[in-house]
Amino acid sequence: MIQNLTTEMFIQSVANAISVGSLYAMVAIGYTMVYGILRLINFAHSDIFMMSMYFVFYLITIFALPWPIAFIAAVLATGVLGIVVEAAAYRPLREAPRISVLISSIGVSYLMENFGVVVFSGIQKQFPPVPAFQSVVVIGSIYFQKLSLYMPVVTAISVVGLLYLIDKTKIGMAMRATSKDYETAKLMGININTVISTTFAIGSMLACVGAIMWGLKYPKIEPYVGIMPGLKCFIAAVIGGIGNIKGAVVGAYLLGFMEIMIVLFIPALSSYKDAFAFIMLIAILLLRPAGILGEKKADKV
Amino acid sequence: MIKVENLRVNYGSIEAVRGISFDVPDGGISTLIGANGAGKSTTLKAICGLIKPASGEILFNGESIGGKDTVAIVSKGISLVPEGRKIFADLTVLENLKIGAYLRKDSLKDDIDWVYSLFPRLEERHWQLGGTLSGGEQQMLAVGRALMSRPKLLMMDEPSLGLAPLIVSDIFSIIKEINSKGVTILLVEQNANMALKTADVGYVMETGEITLSGSGQSLLENDAVRAAYLGT
Repeated sequence: MIQNLTTEMFIQSVANAISVGSLYAMVAIGYTMVYGILRLINFAHSDIFMMSMYFVFYLITIFALPWPIAFIAAVLATGVLGIVVEAAAYRPLREAPRISVLISSIGVSYLMENFGVVVFSGIQKQFPPVPAFQSVVVIGSIYFQKLSLYMPVVTAISVVGLLYLIDKTKIGMAMRATSKDYETAKLMGININTVISTTFAIGSMLACVGAIMWGLKYPKIEPYVGIMPGLKCFIAAVIGGIGNIKGAVVGAYLLGFMEIMIVLFIPALSSYKDAFAFIMLIAILLLRPAGILGEKKADKV
Repeated sequence: MIKVENLRVNYGSIEAVRGISFDVPDGGISTLIGANGAGKSTTLKAICGLIKPASGEILFNGESIGGKDTVAIVSKGISLVPEGRKIFADLTVLENLKIGAYLRKDSLKDDIDWVYSLFPRLEERHWQLGGTLSGGEQQMLAVGRALMSRPKLLMMDEPSLGLAPLIVSDIFSIIKEINSKGVTILLVEQNANMALKTADVGYVMETGEITLSGSGQSLLENDAVRAAYLGT
């Protein structure tokens, strides 16, 4: 079955898997952070991802901003969008059953997709090219985009920064406390709405970074562009253990490697590439439902 | 310090607190005793804003705080040690103490040293996760955490619950020590004997109402209290 598999192809695939995994990680973290603090699977996350691609598109094409400024502005705007979605659709349901919030998130998801169709039109747009990332590097007989080198670096910096924020800072401590017990967190003087808004802002900003990576790698934008990466990154978060940030990163890289490597070793299955994520989801739910680094329960009985 | 007037609290159609009035005098130890379900914990939760009162007044140093937001109430100098301790299991002992001082921006060193001097076990275990402590140690941590905000009023909900008798008497002697530093204390207890011995003022709650009040000593000697709560 494996014909002409060369070392070059293998190395190229590893580079590709690392870059795909880096991208998934940025989006998966948002799912896992929101789940950790609200016990909510935020279906709107994939559409926040989509909206952020349009932010980049319009900032570069209409406002004619240079890409570094456009990227930073888009990241900030997406953070604000995350805060707005939370305040409008989830905060009023703070005391409601969890299922109501879940349904609200599905509603927000459809709202944003249809908003996209009406306002941005359903016609595919081209993500603005950034030659600094998309130019091809040749090492020996291996070809890859510069992007593949930068993506893991950006992800590593973001993850280290995020873990520092959560483990070492005051707001991070408040996030950990709020994720376990709202009532006691309030008794400590923690404003839980502020903490939850911060969580949404961070998750959305990271999703924007992921969306920029996605746009540079697969430069097409349409209002439903977030659905498949959103589903896969949700699966990555579940594989790693939803609620656990390191788990989301592990799950994202695992999923990236599986997808790329199965196509490399069994090319006949390449048209089923998108199905592997779902097979892995089913497998993990059957074998280890809490995920690889699933939250352990330290509660005393 | 606290003046409660005609406080009513409902859970849906259940009247948990039915128009109670009581005073917590400045600088003293007051206690609310009573059986399970009498409405004691509900009263504390209403004072710190975790439950909105249906009607009535709660005055803190003359200022109405009834129905205000918990964070606003806590920032005025009221601290609650919740029932069941509610330690943050995934935070270290030291982090649990620091989070108690969440609203403060000044140096915490003196306060942490004070808590460690009250509870040396916490210093030994400062790096451990809160969830790995024993029940008694968690209660010490819950008290220490509540002290970190430098409260004027410290409210404690069943601090003796589920603890060995020796540890219970430790906790009560520490309550007195904290009080001697000028912190007013409102104690809710089912352990009526220990609570009344410790308290200056006591109130007996039954099914949402205050049925008896007086000095701790006079309630200890009251026949009805002895029969109902002290088993003698």
